[in-house]
Amino acid sequence: MNSSSLSLACAAILALTLPATAAPPLGYLRGFGPKSDPVVQLTWGLLALSTLVVVVVTALVVIGTLLRRARGGGGIARAPVERGGSGLRWISVGLGISCVALLLSLVWTMVVLAAVNAPPRPARVTIEITAQQWWFKARYLSPDPSRVFTTADEIHIPVGEPVRIRLIGADVIHSFWVPALSGKMDAIPGQINETWIEADHTGRYGGECSEYCGVQHAHMGLVVVADPAAQFQQWWDGQLRPANSPQSAQTVAGERDFEFHCGACHSARGTAAGGTVAPDLTHLMSRGTLAGGMLANNIGNLAGWLANPQSLKPGTNMPNLYLSGQEIASVTAYLQTLQ
Amino acid sequence: MEDIEFERIPRYVSATAAYRRGLGVIWETPPGIGGWLSSVDHKKIGICYIVTAFAFLILGGIEALVMRLQLIGPDRHLLTPEQYDQLFSTHGMTMIFLYAMPVLSGFSNYLWPLMLGSRDMAFPRLNALSYWIYVAAGLFMYAGFAIGVGPNDGWFNYVPYASRPYNPGMNIDFYALGMIYLGISTTVGAANFLVTVMRTRAPGMSVNRMPIMVWGTLTASAANILVVPAVSLAFFLLWMDRQFGTHFFDVSAGGQPLLWQHLFWMFGHPWVYAVVLPAMGMVSDALPIFCRRPLVGYTPVALSTVATMILGFGVWVHHMFATGLPNLALSFFSGASIIITVPSAVAVFAWTATIWLGRPVITTAFLFFSSMIVLFVIGGVSGFMTASVPVDWQLTQTYFVVAHLHYVLIGINLFPVVGAIYVWFPKMTSRLLDERLGQWNFWTMFIGFKLAFLPMHLTGLRGMPRRIYTFPDHMGWNILNLVSTVGAFVLAAGVLLLLVNVIQSLRSGRLAGANPWDGATLEWSVPSPPPSYNFAVIPTVVSRHPLWEDRLQESADRSTAIEGMLLDHGRETLATTLLDGDADAILKMPGESYAPLLLTVGLSGFFVGLLLHQWWLAAFGGAVATASIVGWLWPERALAQIAQPRHV
Repeated sequence: MNSSSLSLACAAILALTLPATAAPPLGYLRGFGPKSDPVVQLTWGLLALSTLVVVVVTALVVIGTLLRRARGGGGIARAPVERGGSGLRWISVGLGISCVALLLSLVWTMVVLAAVNAPPRPARVTIEITAQQWWFKARYLSPDPSRVFTTADEIHIPVGEPVRIRLIGADVIHSFWVPALSGKMDAIPGQINETWIEADHTGRYGGECSEYCGVQHAHMGLVVVADPAAQFQQWWDGQLRPANSPQSAQTVAGERDFEFHCGACHSARGTAAGGTVAPDLTHLMSRGTLAGGMLANNIGNLAGWLANPQSLKPGTNMPNLYLSGQEIASVTAYLQTLQ
Repeated sequence: MEDIEFERIPRYVSATAAYRRGLGVIWETPPGIGGWLSSVDHKKIGICYIVTAFAFLILGGIEALVMRLQLIGPDRHLLTPEQYDQLFSTHGMTMIFLYAMPVLSGFSNYLWPLMLGSRDMAFPRLNALSYWIYVAAGLFMYAGFAIGVGPNDGWFNYVPYASRPYNPGMNIDFYALGMIYLGISTTVGAANFLVTVMRTRAPGMSVNRMPIMVWGTLTASAANILVVPAVSLAFFLLWMDRQFGTHFFDVSAGGQPLLWQHLFWMFGHPWVYAVVLPAMGMVSDALPIFCRRPLVGYTPVALSTVATMILGFGVWVHHMFATGLPNLALSFFSGASIIITVPSAVAVFAWTATIWLGRPVITTAFLFFSSMIVLFVIGGVSGFMTASVPVDWQLTQTYFVVAHLHYVLIGINLFPVVGAIYVWFPKMTSRLLDERLGQWNFWTMFIGFKLAFLPMHLTGLRGMPRRIYTFPDHMGWNILNLVSTVGAFVLAAGVLLLLVNVIQSLRSGRLAGANPWDGATLEWSVPSPPPSYNFAVIPTVVSRHPLWEDRLQESADRSTAIEGMLLDHGRETLATTLLDGDADAILKMPGESYAPLLLTVGLSGFFVGLLLHQWWLAAFGGAVATASIVGWLWPERALAQIAQPRHV
């Protein structure tokens, strides 16, 4: 009976694996803003308390077994039966200690819950995120209608400022989760949920849909990019521009093919492509990934995705379009101009 | 004159060989396939339950291994996304509904009458019905999977993904109708347990002398009666939405996706306690045998069993912390979910104190039970962490929760169950399981389990969402997943060793005798395997430990299973009063009957008809079922109990 040494061995194995894979992109044991910091502390606190409880009880079981085990052979029937002490003190002392620890945890939980309930100051940026199979549409809201625009899967926020997130579920339930910045909030059809995020460091923060939503739930990623305020404004202004006009013969052909084959679902503002059921591609090249965060945004992946989305992401709502090699080349070239 | 049979005063005798022979003739199930199909013997039904549940455990385990192969490293393509989704959904359905609860029902079915000093469950035919429906519903639920349309929305089957527009195949229909069907089995089984414990304990077995496992199953049964209707309703509404265009969950017509979640978790969370409380009871009853002393704190442990269940009705929203409910509401459920740790802590301290204040004899069963304490605490503290709302917003839907729920279900259900097999297998079969192989079995399972699931906590803390069919490289999850896959195969090897041990010991195990572990409760007073009538005379109980009274010397009174009431005018057992267990009336018990099986066949036709929209089949099945019920309830003179019992 030596379960504690086994647990220790397991822990050692885990510890050895850690340096090899530092800083997991979706980890949440380190916070990057006022929404996540108090939760990270609470998580570590409860983790430490939980580990302590496991160690103590394991020690009690192992040491008790080793110290008190019946010695000498003869089988169980020879071992005498005695009542010994009532042992009720074990329960009352153990329960007393447990209740204090539980009460403190409960109070700490409530304090943190209150702290992250609302942003410390009013949010000046509101992003309406519509989660759908299997990507996130992001609409930046503004009282000035000319400053409203739509993008997908990669959202920029100003660093050091709280940002309000309005969540809409377009089809089934999804969940908005950017672990380094905030815990989860579900996007549920028929209701609008609100949450907020704030990053106190610039950088790219990974996110992921975290409610099972169908065959491509595994590939429904999100990136939050925290920019300095000026750069964020610049980015917003840039997103408002219509799509670049094609210059070369190939990209002109590409635009035509794009409008014809892709325009029913996708938009490129300023062209005849005005579909709204799939990601807005007006500034596709400003984004780092394709296909719900599944592929890096480069020319090879783009062409491959156009050629056969169903083999790359089985079940995706983008159908195989059976484009010719020439069409793929021209559309890819055109998409590359959408800076 | 049959009518006054009910009020006759039975003779108080010592059982003789002649009486036993006579009782054997009265109670024995006829041999052959007919006997097997019509048997109402709780021991046969109990063993059938356990064997069937283990068959489902093996199926669910194979599904898990296939999934672990897919997740052995990043970007694997062993399975298509749809195959993976059906596998994890079917795995959850199998383990939670077709293994975890039925295996405990099996043990309780087998052990209750023996522990309680009775000859059968209160409603033997209902007992057979609950088993047959369990088998039929299990096959029904698996039929979809077998033809490639198994459930694919996880075991909790959230709408709208489970609704027809997003899930047009028959996948969810198999699951929905199967769950409604299985609910009948659970409900009649629970009703049977409740009446059994209220009515058929041996004289003298007051409620404060019942084994803790009886408390556990009693509590679980009461909970099931209350919560199964919620889930049956939810699945019925879903099926109506899918097949007849009703709008209960249809957002475009004002339906509510969260209605599903509330109905499901009002059932789902109490169900989780229902699949662990009887297993905790097994530990509370059997661990003391190996510690050579009575359980520390019988009363607190019994009361905390009930308290867990009562609190368990009020924590379902902790599955819904991220759904946008108001934080004030969440904080109450957070509080309740933290408080529910308290009664569990009572059990943990009672078990550790039992080890410290006893003289543990280290057998395989002891290893399973004592390691369960540690696994229980790990599953408990990870549950406690998810009870804290802000922390749960991060933990929920990650592998941390996968680790947590497997610590709960494997740690608090499978480990005690395997321990219980080592303890009670000799009672069921007359042969002991091999202890040397048992040690191998334990350590393989324990190490495999730890390797598979301890790293999963970290996988979750490093952000891996559950229910993804593959994961990319460079997320910091590769090695952890590899270790989990290796661990899963080691765990499977451990379960395989158990099967080897069972098969080998059935043929050549050491003979056990009536009481191989020197246990304290009534089941150890009868031969192994017990005769068809269990007890030749109805035992009389004066303490919690009838077979240890001489050694504990706690009073001058002695329980006896040698002298007692002789009930041999046909199949009879004794009814006793609710709290004190005083003799109250003679119960006439039914004999073999095909009605439960026939009713199951009819109901199966009914449900298959509904599934396929073959209304004639549904009507025919319904008619067969109705006819079976009429036949079942047709008055029989031998079972007549017209006279009222005298109450003082």
